[in-house]
Amino acid sequence: MRLHRRDLLASTAVLFGGITAHASIVSGALPWQPSAGTPPEPARPGPWLFFTNEEAAAIEAIADRIIPPDPQTPGGKDAGCAVFIDRQLAGPYGRQEGLYTAAPFHKGKKEQGPQSDAGPAEQYRKALAALDRYCRANRNNRAFADLSDAEKDDILAGLESSRIALEGTNGKEFFEAILKDVQQGFFADPLYGGNRDMVAWKMIGYPGARYDYRDWVSRHNERFPLPPVSIMGRPGWMPGKA
Amino acid sequence: MARKLPAKDAVIVGLGWTGSILAHELTEAGLEVVAIERGPWRDTPTDFPPTSAQDELRYRIRHELFLRPSQTTFSFRNKMSETALPIRTWGAFMPPNGVGGGGVHWNAETWRFLPSDFVLKTHLTERYGASFLPPDMTIQDWGVTYDEIEPYYDRFEYLCGTSGTAGNLRGQIHEGGNPFEGPRSRPYPTPAQAQPFSHTLFGKAARELGYKPFPQPSGNLSQAYLNPLGIRLGPCTYCGFCEWFGCGNYSKASPQTTILPVLVRKPNFLARDNCEVTRINLDSSGKRATGVTYVDAGGEEWEQPGELVILSAYTIFNVQLLLLSGIGKPYDPVAGEGVIGRNFTHQTISDVTGFFDAAKFIFNPFIASGSIGMCIDEFNGDNFDHGPHGFVGGGYMGQVQTNGRPIETTPVPPGTPRWGAAWKSAVRENYLSAVKPGTGVHGSFYAYRDVYLDLDPTYKDRFGRPLVRMTIDFHDNELKQNAFLTDRFADIIQAMGAKQVMKEYRKGPYDITKYQTTHLCGGAVMGTDPKTSAINRYLQSWDVPNLFVMGASGFPQNAGYNPTGTLAALAFWSAEAIRSTYLKNPGPLVNA
Ligand SMILES: Cc1cc2nc3c(=O)[nH]c(=O)nc-3n(C[C@H](O)[C@H](O)[C@H](O)COP(=O)(O)OP(=O)(O)OC[C@H]3O[C@@H](n4cnc5c(N)ncnc54)[C@H](O)[C@@H]3O)c2cc1C
Ligand code: SF4
Repeated sequence: MRLHRRDLLASTAVLFGGITAHASIVSGALPWQPSAGTPPEPARPGPWLFFTNEEAAAIEAIADRIIPPDPQTPGGKDAGCAVFIDRQLAGPYGRQEGLYTAAPFHKGKKEQGPQSDAGPAEQYRKALAALDRYCRANRNNRAFADLSDAEKDDILAGLESSRIALEGTNGKEFFEAILKDVQQGFFADPLYGGNRDMVAWKMIGYPGARYDYRDWVSRHNERFPLPPVSIMGRPGWMPGKA
Repeated sequence: MARKLPAKDAVIVGLGWTGSILAHELTEAGLEVVAIERGPWRDTPTDFPPTSAQDELRYRIRHELFLRPSQTTFSFRNKMSETALPIRTWGAFMPPNGVGGGGVHWNAETWRFLPSDFVLKTHLTERYGASFLPPDMTIQDWGVTYDEIEPYYDRFEYLCGTSGTAGNLRGQIHEGGNPFEGPRSRPYPTPAQAQPFSHTLFGKAARELGYKPFPQPSGNLSQAYLNPLGIRLGPCTYCGFCEWFGCGNYSKASPQTTILPVLVRKPNFLARDNCEVTRINLDSSGKRATGVTYVDAGGEEWEQPGELVILSAYTIFNVQLLLLSGIGKPYDPVAGEGVIGRNFTHQTISDVTGFFDAAKFIFNPFIASGSIGMCIDEFNGDNFDHGPHGFVGGGYMGQVQTNGRPIETTPVPPGTPRWGAAWKSAVRENYLSAVKPGTGVHGSFYAYRDVYLDLDPTYKDRFGRPLVRMTIDFHDNELKQNAFLTDRFADIIQAMGAKQVMKEYRKGPYDITKYQTTHLCGGAVMGTDPKTSAINRYLQSWDVPNLFVMGASGFPQNAGYNPTGTLAALAFWSAEAIRSTYLKNPGPLVNA
């Protein structure tokens, strides 16, 4: 088979973490430079990047029902799960960057995996609009965020079990996506905007980004005493940062 | 038109584990070698320093170190009667990409196969009779024996500094090691790793049940090690960011930590990264490879001529390049003829999770490494009498929990709601006191007539070439095997003192969204007969003798172990045949 250069030029530039890769020749010595790679970029605080204020209110309300606050640990909202999802949807994940998106699209069996031409960003946008329409039509013209906890739970459980259908979008798939994303935001490094102050890690006793347990591997059945650290460090390590 | 580069003695396609081994061996023999790698160059301090390597979202969840499906993917279906659909995001396995290949982000569980695995068809037929095997099972012998490749297993383990306890030293069984393993000529180069609490407890429970547990052979080193190439590895720190991650401590055996620093300094070696080989070129006879064509990341097409071509692109990419280059007869499952794509296999994995009393057990699951764990081998291969059970094959099993990373490893007892206050408190209560082995039951996957690879009629890659199509499903033999093994495994977890045990049997149909392992095997298998194998016992193509095909694509079927120890041993064995025989007299090493 012959490949045509014209087609190639348009199709082959490859992205790695947003940086276009270039072919290079390596010989004579290892080409490394310290910290020359792509260190993670912390999610920046500030306004929503993807969500509208109304969408964000719904997501925060959902996050707080998936992970409700309790006396020891904040819920999904205060832990920053909505910020996490917002930053993810605004980035490569939202656009399904790197995934295979060529047509044709067929539904297939569930064992064949997701087959959708819409990426997560598009799916969230559609589903949140449909959820809003559902709530306004069935719950006295209120938005999801304005419902009682029991009403919110009833709707979420309804989406989960497919008892409640959303117009023009698959409610169950939306529920599964948001369940996964809220829980990932809760447990991921605070770098990404969720797990604020490492609350999720403190809740379970996970020490985070520590990298050396040699002194501890043979100390069996003892509680590990040190607090968690993030890839960005921890407050006590950085003078001037609370 | 492709631009033509100056010829080399050897062209290596893919600079992962086997590509690095062959590059080292062939440059030692004085050849001018170029390695062409699809992904980027990767170095410890640049790409996974211990300041940012421990990022669960980036590496485990978003698969940063892996191939992007937009670059190449496969289509998948269970049955020949179904329409295959493309794998749009990875699930059941994760194809490597970049220098070091899978060696960068593997666990480094470094096993040898059993002597009987290499003569599987003969062995099972002699013991149980031919009619014991399912009629559509197409297992076969390898054409090479354990004894022949033992010295090369040894080479790989000493290259890596593998940590373990020998169970069989030159025929003598040793307490504390795996009594079922084939005889090894030397002990492991470094002692076994220290074992965390839950792993130790599994060993104790297994011993009390009459089994012979042993530490899993590990390429996460128990102590600093100087390898035969003069490269130094550091001790593993049990960081728990190992599988899916690069190691920031130079303590996980990989091409980066065992070969590349020496290889890259050789004047007769050159690597090209971000260059994807699109075809192996043949001369007009179709019996000689003249080199390869590749496309660089800028979209330029190049031709690299070479006297010898080494295909070391990982199982399924090896098969892809053979099919797209028209080398060997494509497999036809209806006629049962042809070899390229035949005997494709994967693995049969299942999990058991144990929940323990939080007041009595603190496991600190985050203290772990990719190959940590205590295992038993009583139910692997043909180590037990299959007569009463009605299936063949088996696997090792063990508490090989590799991490406590919380997105992946926050198990809750069966019956817990999936969200809400009850879920949250169950996560809190069980995190430190649950046992969740990574691949608890690691079972074999034998070959069948209707499990194979070919080219998809509809879906294309970014170059407009057909995707490779996987047709794969579990057969009853493997599901029976898994049910039996999972029950035995759960008995041990129960005996550890669990208050609740959750079994997740492997069930059909084969599901492309559920990760098992990245141990895809077969599709260009080795053997003694060109009608049923693509390569001979030295991994040399029957059709194109100046082409050698490395990796697990050569496995006639998959055993109940991880593949890399065996495919690396075969790479050294093949390199030795090239150096000692082929280079003196290029041509077929075995007459068909
Ligand atoms: C998460 C994970 C964990 C694993 N854990 C274990 C384990 O614990 N034990 C074990 O035994 N095995 C393990 N494996 C499997 C192990 O990584 C592989 O068996 C091993 O790396 C195979 O070596 P290889 O040389 O055949 O292929 P690889 O090491 O994968 O190298 C192949 C290289 O070829 C390149 N390539 C592919 N196509 C092209 C092309 N067209 N042109 C140019 N270059 C190309 C790829 O980018 C890659 O770098 C694991 C794999 C994964 C993904
Ligand atoms: S567990 Fe050990 S070998 Fe694995 S990445 Fe961490 S330090 Fe390296």
